[in-house]
Amino acid sequence: MLTALHHNNDSVFRLSLFQEFPTLMHYQSFGGYEALKQALTGNPVNIIETLAAAGLRGRGGAAFPTGLKMQMVRNNAEPVRYVICNADEGEPGTFKDRFIMSHIPFQLLEGMTLAAYAVGARKGYIYIRHEYPEVQDTMRRSIAAASAAGLLGKNILGQEFSFEVEIFSGAGSYLCGEETALLSSMEGKKGRPRLKPPYPTQYGLWGKPTLINNVETLANISMIISRGASWYRSLGTSDSPGTKLISLSGDVARRGLYEVPFGTTFREMIEEYGGGMKEGGSIKAVNIGGASGVVVPPWELDCTLEYQSCQERGITIGSGAVFVMNESRSILANVHNRVEFFLHESCGKCTPCREGLRQAGRIIHRLIAGEAELSEVDNLERYTRAMQNAAFCGLGQAAGNSLISSLRYFRQEYEEACLDSTQRFERREVTA
Amino acid sequence: MKLETINNNIETIVKEKQALLQILLAVQDASPENYVSEDSVNEIAYSLNVSRSRVYSTASFYSAISLKPRGRHIIRVCINAPCENAGKQEILAVLEDQLGIILGQTTSDRQFTLEGVSCLGACYASPAIKIDNTLYGDVTPESVITILQEYRKEAEDVDCSAS
Amino acid sequence: MMKLVHFELNGQIVEVNQGLSIMDAARQHGVKIPSLCHHPDQRVKANCRVCVVEVEGQRNLVSSCSTPVTEGMKVRTNSPRIRETVQTILELIFANHPQECLTCVRNGNCELRHLAADYGIREVKGEMTCANAPLDISTPSLVRNPNKCIKCGRCAEVCHHVQQTGILYSHYRSVDVSVEPEYGKSLAEVACVLCGQCASVCPVGAIHERDDIKKVWAALDDPEKHVVVQVAPAVRVSIAEEFGSAPGTIATGKLVAALRKLGFDRVFDTDFSADVTIMEEGHELLHRIKTGGVLPMITSCSPGWIKYIEHNFPDQLPHLSTAKSPQQMFGALAKTYYAKRAGIQAENMYVVSIMPCTAKKFECQRPEMKDSGFQDVDAVLTTRELGRILKQAGVDFSVLSEEEFDAPMGISTGAAAIFGATGGVMEAALRTVYEVVTGKELPNIEFTPVRGMEGIKEAEIDLSGTKVKVAAAHGLGNAKQVMELIKAGQADYTFVEIMACPGGCIGGGGQPYGTTNAVRKQRIEKCNGWAKDVRNFLHYVFNYSKL
Repeated sequence: MLTALHHNNDSVFRLSLFQEFPTLMHYQSFGGYEALKQALTGNPVNIIETLAAAGLRGRGGAAFPTGLKMQMVRNNAEPVRYVICNADEGEPGTFKDRFIMSHIPFQLLEGMTLAAYAVGARKGYIYIRHEYPEVQDTMRRSIAAASAAGLLGKNILGQEFSFEVEIFSGAGSYLCGEETALLSSMEGKKGRPRLKPPYPTQYGLWGKPTLINNVETLANISMIISRGASWYRSLGTSDSPGTKLISLSGDVARRGLYEVPFGTTFREMIEEYGGGMKEGGSIKAVNIGGASGVVVPPWELDCTLEYQSCQERGITIGSGAVFVMNESRSILANVHNRVEFFLHESCGKCTPCREGLRQAGRIIHRLIAGEAELSEVDNLERYTRAMQNAAFCGLGQAAGNSLISSLRYFRQEYEEACLDSTQRFERREVTA
Repeated sequence: MKLETINNNIETIVKEKQALLQILLAVQDASPENYVSEDSVNEIAYSLNVSRSRVYSTASFYSAISLKPRGRHIIRVCINAPCENAGKQEILAVLEDQLGIILGQTTSDRQFTLEGVSCLGACYASPAIKIDNTLYGDVTPESVITILQEYRKEAEDVDCSAS
Repeated sequence: MMKLVHFELNGQIVEVNQGLSIMDAARQHGVKIPSLCHHPDQRVKANCRVCVVEVEGQRNLVSSCSTPVTEGMKVRTNSPRIRETVQTILELIFANHPQECLTCVRNGNCELRHLAADYGIREVKGEMTCANAPLDISTPSLVRNPNKCIKCGRCAEVCHHVQQTGILYSHYRSVDVSVEPEYGKSLAEVACVLCGQCASVCPVGAIHERDDIKKVWAALDDPEKHVVVQVAPAVRVSIAEEFGSAPGTIATGKLVAALRKLGFDRVFDTDFSADVTIMEEGHELLHRIKTGGVLPMITSCSPGWIKYIEHNFPDQLPHLSTAKSPQQMFGALAKTYYAKRAGIQAENMYVVSIMPCTAKKFECQRPEMKDSGFQDVDAVLTTRELGRILKQAGVDFSVLSEEEFDAPMGISTGAAAIFGATGGVMEAALRTVYEVVTGKELPNIEFTPVRGMEGIKEAEIDLSGTKVKVAAAHGLGNAKQVMELIKAGQADYTFVEIMACPGGCIGGGGQPYGTTNAVRKQRIEKCNGWAKDVRNFLHYVFNYSKL
């Protein structure tokens, strides 16, 4: 595994060296399951209060406060509740959940168990994408090991609390990373999103209140419980406490997964963690947040990784994917790839996403082929706006992010590609 | 395929509509041709007491489920931006050339099916491909040929021992 | 007492009942929000997105069909952002829709076309992307044009949720989404019952009745042919809607006049053969009760229902009454009894039915429906087709004066008038049985809904000391529940009426567009109004028939 996790005493993750087969003993030697021992003797509400005090927010992309979500499930009158770990890591350029499940599976299981105790669930599922069969195996083995050690199953650690975890395989649909589509998928339906409200916290899996959290979010829990909310808040910033896993890829010297405290700038990620550009290249653009994220030019990279400041600059942290492009890369080609991705992954339920992407795909295709006219760039923008404004689900609304942001920063590249572009003529004369 | 024969593969409660996706995946895994046949769709619909079109609807939605017979080995090439920029196109060209098929097709000896896949979560090692359950990162046009040869050799060994 | 909420609609504070969607609330206050996937009788889908509005505090637009109004909510239904979005979405739909409006069967009543007009769409800027897939013309009842489908999901909803026949469903994903049977099969290759409810709810021309108007014109234009027409009871409460009247307007006399204007040689009434059906079924029931035959006996008038039981409960067929449907009894009698009386060769006769039903087109060409030696019923026009053929002939329905059906097959007791609404066939047959057994008139039947099964009602009548339990179900989803009880031996019914369509024939798949449950109720009320007179009349008829 080429991934290098930035690691020191202030890491949220219990990991010292990479092991091919993570063992329970290894995890426990780093203080694993101490948090669970401690929590199971106390009031479940303590967990929720600690997480709320720590300011933990969902790491899957939506950044919803975790403590609040747990409270909503806990407060539900319905006694049957579920905890679902969303491990449908489909956002291109992201590999943090793969890493956690492959190397520290027990930290995820401990986090899930703590979450289940907090919300009063007895059953949990890990929805792992189909593209990760080896990860599914690791998680299955880890569940078996934890069960054998009395850390899962009936009367965990000799206490009254029981909790079982089962693996649920996805089947090749990016959209199932959207929580309600994930629920539809688990219920044997097409992975299409559902209407919200009702939210999964009220009406989730099979109609029961359900806590759905991303792998990274759940893996954060045990350390917060162990070391406390104030320790967690000492990492990161007051707006965004803690750390974030950043999947760094593209034309950087050291691609990999880095645990980055909130407050780090994107430039620092590339220069310090990623060792700068590969082969001395320069940055043309950075795609932040994966296919549903934005494309920004180098001068936006001084933005700090914080929910508030990113939102103000229109940057989507999303899953934490940072994909760097050097000056030789074509923005149009990149956006084309993103649109093709969404054309493959759209569920096809709503008109703006299905038909908007269809038209966007045609226009970009024509742009690349040199057949488009300038007016089509305006149309492209209009279709994308319709998707952002009116698509059924968050993913449909985000499908146009790379288009809108690249049109904002790199419109010239679009226009140069048009048949009736004046720049194009000038360029031709120069080359002639 | 009779559902009873695949029950053991399914962790969730079988005979419930809820398990449809897991049933489809299990049926596909048990199929030597890596797909869900029309007979299976009908059988599943009958067993779960749902319409055939409902079963087909779920089956056709997911890209990991095939409704057409596929080869013994499925080669999946990541087609997303990080792999695209890292030279996916050359890798794909070599694979297409070596196998004599294009993306989405199955070799005539039914050994290999070549598919595109959305992000394998290996962007730290792009370009990446996956053959069955094995991930290959940082592949080059040369290494892909070597990898392919191993699978071909294994296929020949199987054929020899069979005959 | 319904709780009221107040919200701001385009700057004005208005009051509505709690629980209403923004769309319904706005409509109550004179603001019509466009919609395509929305259907008042169906679950909210919110997938077409043309109904989006602005709600203060929400970053994106929200679909008004799916968002309930809450106290203090501030809603805008008209702004530059909304107009641009809705126009763009409409353009996106058009770019994937054949521009064949002038030659489309839905020309004039297409919901998409209405929106195009309302929103002033004058050009479609996108690339035309509609497919050129072949039409499904595999059945005599329905034509499916996949190219015109806008993927609103209304047909799949009615097929899966209401009828539970499970034929049309959406498959694949993204731009490949298609709403069709599995494996792209034709309707003839799957267990489609041809009830036509899909066509009834389709907002565009993606699925519609097979148009048989040309066939009927050819017969009418042929001087050698003696062309007779029969009209089903349910058509007379709906045909006027085709000419702008309110749902449930009874137009029997005008209908007869209009059909004469089209040039039919005789205008007859399906009620004639419905009377025969009543007698047949009534006596068959009595026979089964007396001789220990298969019970419960189930009615056999609805061809969609017959096709449904054949596909889904083939082992339960002996429960069906052996009586033909009124349409087919009429056809057989027309080409035998009437032909002989009128001195016409059966081969020179052409029998047209006007039906509220698309499955009747299938029924008339079933191979066993040839008692006269020829196909007993030659062509079936739905109510919608009748509307169109009358417009082609320039018949001004509104100014017609009322006329009477022709003798002899236009004479009926009128009992069959209640056939059109759910429970009607059973009531009429029961009255026969009751009269035959007791010699008295059956008092009003008190139906009660079956607990937990909306759409199924049951009653018990005392037949000279013998308690007879009966039930009526309409809509195939309800029929399925009843059949599962019967199959499991858990139903103690003696007689069951099943109609394929919700509401019975008045809610048939061939009825005018806009047949919602509210419209069905209006039509049923008119049928029931009729029924009062009919019940008195029945007593006379049954006494008369004993002579």
